[in-house]
Amino acid sequence: MFDIASILFAGATGLLVIGIGGMVLSEHLYRMLLALAIAEAGANLMLVLAGFKWSASAPIITVSVESIPAMVDPVPQAMVLTAIVIGVGVQALALTMIIRIRNAYGTLNMREVKLKMEQEFADMADLPIETRSVPARNDQS
Amino acid sequence: MHQFSSFLFLGGFLFFLSVLTGILPLGDPPMIIGQAIQNHGVSETGAANLVTAVVLGYRGIDTLGELSILFAAATAGGLVLATGKKKTQASADEDAGFIVKTAAELLFPLLVVAGLYIVIHGHLTPGGGFQGGVILAAAFFLPLLAKPSTTMNHNTMSLVEGFSGAAFIGIGLIGLFNHGAFLQPLLSKGVVGELFSAGTLPLLYLAVGLKVGAELAGLLANLNEEDDENV
Repeated sequence: MFDIASILFAGATGLLVIGIGGMVLSEHLYRMLLALAIAEAGANLMLVLAGFKWSASAPIITVSVESIPAMVDPVPQAMVLTAIVIGVGVQALALTMIIRIRNAYGTLNMREVKLKMEQEFADMADLPIETRSVPARNDQS
Repeated sequence: MHQFSSFLFLGGFLFFLSVLTGILPLGDPPMIIGQAIQNHGVSETGAANLVTAVVLGYRGIDTLGELSILFAAATAGGLVLATGKKKTQASADEDAGFIVKTAAELLFPLLVVAGLYIVIHGHLTPGGGFQGGVILAAAFFLPLLAKPSTTMNHNTMSLVEGFSGAAFIGIGLIGLFNHGAFLQPLLSKGVVGELFSAGTLPLLYLAVGLKVGAELAGLLANLNEEDDENV
């Protein structure tokens, strides 16, 4: 039967899959960053749930040191605290690079950015640009 | 073709995760380390919040590594965005409306108090240096949102950041020289649940909170000051 923990686990799995799917399928750099944030949320939720315990309280002593009630595992929570902070750093750095790319190439579509970069490299090296057939796709991105 | 293989990969990944969570003991984890920390954590570190005991007491050096990663990200962000040309008064966005400006002035002291409270009570209640530091950063970024033409004093931010980082390492080094291990707990543990307890953990969390707050505020200000004439 469905209990609350399996529903939460399904949610965490779904967030992770949606995030990674967004990263794999999207061609827009900012959408890829948002997908990464969603995947991170899913992974963090899954880690916290791995330390979940039925009828247990948060790992904080509130009443007395002698009678400690049942508590959830504090180790995954500390790990997720670290993961969230690192995630913020990664996202901020990625965002600064996205701003730079947007300023330099005027677009955030990966395919167009790649074409423009190849053109730039070819210009710098005085080489004729490789004419590779780029498969046309009808994406909105 | 690309999309087909992507969906194939996603289906496999979903199956893998479902199997992985299927064999996990849901809601009843083995908790080998967790149980040991619950039994000995309070007497060994003196912190009522066991997550703080893990983050600063048992793996304080990992937290130092985490701080360095955040520092590296903030510095790299500043480097990538540095163009040399400052945003001119004319190219800045217009000031926000009356409501946002008044709310920013009203919220600033409240956010600072709430952030410092969360930082200082990190060893007693849910919260700590990272969480409170983010609130502090929001407090110092709000005036920039209300008036985009003002700039943040980056020198002060760097000073706060550097001194708090040095304080963290300094506390660790005092432990190294006096007790033979980096970040060895100093001072008396006091009575569990009081503000002045858990030895040096509140001091370490204060350093973490100031460092995270200054770093994030500087990073947000960098993003805000980015010259956006090409966009």
